[in-house]
Amino acid sequence: MKLYISENPAAKSADISRRIAADDMILTSSLPTTAGSRMLKGYMSLFGAEVLTRLDNAGFTLAGKANVGEFAVDLLGETSYFGAVETDGKLSNAAAELLKAGEVSAVITLDVNGYPRRAAAQNGLISLKPTYGTVSRFGVIPAACSGDTVSIMANDTAAVSEIFAVIAGHDDKDGTSHPEAVCETAKTAAVPIKRIALPVNLTEGTNEDVKGKLAAFTASAEAAGIEVVKVESDIIAVSNIAWNILMSAEVCNNVSRYDGVKYGYRAENFSGIDELYTNSRTEAFGELIKSVIIFGSETLSADKYNKQYDKALRIRRLIVEAFAELFSEYDAVLLPACSALSYGEEIRADKYAVYTENRFTAPASITGLPAVVCGSVQLIGRAFSDGSLLAAAAKITESEGK
Amino acid sequence: MKYETVIGLEVHVELATDSKIFCSCSAGSYGTEPNMHVCPACCGMPGMLPVVNKRVIDFGMKAGMMLNCHINRTTTFDKKNYYYPDLPSAFQTTQWFAPIAVKGLVEIKTSTGKKGIRIKQIHMEEDAGKLVHDIREDTTHIDFNRTSVPLIEIVSEPDLSSAEEVEAYLDRLKTLLRYARVAECEMAHGTMRCDVNLSVRPEGSNVLGVRSEMKNMNSIEAIKRAIDYETFRHIDAIENGTEELVQETRRWDDIKGMSFAMRTKETAGDYRYFPDPNVMPVVIDDKWYDGIKSSLPEFPEVRFERYTTELGLSEYDARRLTESIALCECFEAACKVTGNPKDCVNWITSEVMSILGVRGITYDQLKLDGNALGELIKLVSDSKVSRVNGRKILDAMFDDGTVSPAEYAASEGLIISTDTDLIDKVVAEVVAADPKSVADYKGGKEKALMALFGKCMRQLKGNCDPQVLRKALIAKINE
Repeated sequence: MKLYISENPAAKSADISRRIAADDMILTSSLPTTAGSRMLKGYMSLFGAEVLTRLDNAGFTLAGKANVGEFAVDLLGETSYFGAVETDGKLSNAAAELLKAGEVSAVITLDVNGYPRRAAAQNGLISLKPTYGTVSRFGVIPAACSGDTVSIMANDTAAVSEIFAVIAGHDDKDGTSHPEAVCETAKTAAVPIKRIALPVNLTEGTNEDVKGKLAAFTASAEAAGIEVVKVESDIIAVSNIAWNILMSAEVCNNVSRYDGVKYGYRAENFSGIDELYTNSRTEAFGELIKSVIIFGSETLSADKYNKQYDKALRIRRLIVEAFAELFSEYDAVLLPACSALSYGEEIRADKYAVYTENRFTAPASITGLPAVVCGSVQLIGRAFSDGSLLAAAAKITESEGK
Repeated sequence: MKYETVIGLEVHVELATDSKIFCSCSAGSYGTEPNMHVCPACCGMPGMLPVVNKRVIDFGMKAGMMLNCHINRTTTFDKKNYYYPDLPSAFQTTQWFAPIAVKGLVEIKTSTGKKGIRIKQIHMEEDAGKLVHDIREDTTHIDFNRTSVPLIEIVSEPDLSSAEEVEAYLDRLKTLLRYARVAECEMAHGTMRCDVNLSVRPEGSNVLGVRSEMKNMNSIEAIKRAIDYETFRHIDAIENGTEELVQETRRWDDIKGMSFAMRTKETAGDYRYFPDPNVMPVVIDDKWYDGIKSSLPEFPEVRFERYTTELGLSEYDARRLTESIALCECFEAACKVTGNPKDCVNWITSEVMSILGVRGITYDQLKLDGNALGELIKLVSDSKVSRVNGRKILDAMFDDGTVSPAEYAASEGLIISTDTDLIDKVVAEVVAADPKSVADYKGGKEKALMALFGKCMRQLKGNCDPQVLRKALIAKINE
């Protein structure tokens, strides 16, 4: 069981409150960055991520690079070339295990397809997927660029808030980065969360554990004076169908650069450039990422573009509008983050389970809205309401303890 | 049956920006050592994000305006996917859905008269690198200097019908884009490349025939030969059934003088275009648009007309000047100072062009300050500096762009002396030292006077009005 793919031994002496890890999608120039793939085994970047520079400047020490599923598109990290993480025979996640073991105070993760939120929900941890564009993606291995968000996982909301205050902010090196003033508003808890919508049709297919967590969260919220109202949303419920199309297309495009020519894995046996490409990619990529490549490639083909990709872009807009409508009445939307609090044999046997399991995380991924996982459930807020969500999460979690 | 050739061109032009389209690497890499202008971004390493070079948008807009296009006020970038070792990220960022400029018109002149060629669109994109094949070692090397150098692709409608028209069209594009200072357009440098789409049809028909596309043509002579060959091949196929024409991409082999099939429509790659999520749509507001519009140069014909009518230049001189906007701008600035266009055109077509020739600088690369040139011309026409010394000063101005002609003339002692005492003194010395020449002149040998004149001029370092010196010399001899 490999929690770290690479480690910084010097970090051992650092104070635990200053010691952090980053998943292996976040580039470092001092340690290799692999994206959990054989393709990038041992890959040394010439530069590090903007987020890590900011954390370094703020006095945080990077303890190591957490194991991650190949290009961070899987359930919890089970597709990592460096091995899945398991505890007590159950599938777990490296970032979550590092936090539970008290190795680090926070882990910087890349939320591409929801793995950090699932991991946090299943382990009772906090994960913030900030509003898209508030945290620089410079120096992050690109997967699905329109949704990729540098996220924070920690044991409590205070630790998450502290890291968020450091890493959020404008960056000229990222063309999708928001202006500084806008990023600053995301750090404040300007709009208190008073009313929460719970789209009940999105809780279908979750097991009793998850339903129990939703009920507990609702009770705590109401105890804290926050109203939770049941609603329905058909369009938000199909987020993952559109997201699977957009994500696959973008991941397919972004991993095309790994062709065995310049860096990364190169097959030993090949004759001619086409075989160099084919053999290197066939040998170095795992099953799930191959399915993403094939699906993504197909959806962008001249035949399918209008029927699939373009339609998915339109659906994305409808989902954004559906959230906007909910936010005209409610301050946040409550959703499960996963169908179960631990994955049984059935889901683990299905190599492609993530394409359906991501129905809980896709709504925030496809819209770029901020999402906080706390109490094993997920709270999605208006754009730039990150601080408010964290404040609400803290308030509700506190009352849960009483 | 008589046939007509229908040709549409896709012309790639490298934009003359200082840096690349999405990173700060130098874009002017022609002729430099391989892989000297590269960074993780243009080498396709993961983690770098594209930041659009605003100058590229400026230049794209200018090009569109020069070709009378409509400018899309919201323009977006898209990714085009394909594998090739010279394309490090395996996608090219280009414009597929909302290119910078559409629906333009370019007027060309040929032996048969004037003709308008419609422009379908102009889109901006990044260039790919270059593969260098080492035959001795049987290896291929990749040079990434050119990756992400900004290009525009100018797509014409199929409005061209002969090699002559194609040449005139390419010439016209070159002139207009050079005038706007957005591109060098030098086929030999690869800063202008051309794909030729060609089909033939019975004369008068309005149905297009089966089209073939020849990629990456890089000399006008090769393009002309390829057009003639393809026209023949198509007609031969139709008339004599020598082959079945299919829509395909062909490679022109200029040495063999033949084209060869590369790939058909069926086997062509699917580029899987999609909007680039990392590059936000570029919105061109009125201020930006108007700023670019007002910076456009006067067209060469308009200048030519003005030079020949208002300024009274000969057609020959006007044509030479309007070859390059740099010459025009230098000339016009100089005219403002001197108020004498003929004098200025003289200086430019003789002294300036001669120095450019000696130094191997193209007209477009001329950086001479027209105001300073005007001052220099005035110094000479006001008889403050001799023409010979004027040329010396001009040379110094080319060496150092900050040289002021008047200050340089003063500090180097090149001002014509109006000190008659000094002239008289020098004349007296020279006459006294050379009694033979004096005697020869008096004996009727005109040449002897020139010898004496030359000696005086040398002693005066050329800083003397020749007429004044000549008078003083004759007066002294005849004393």
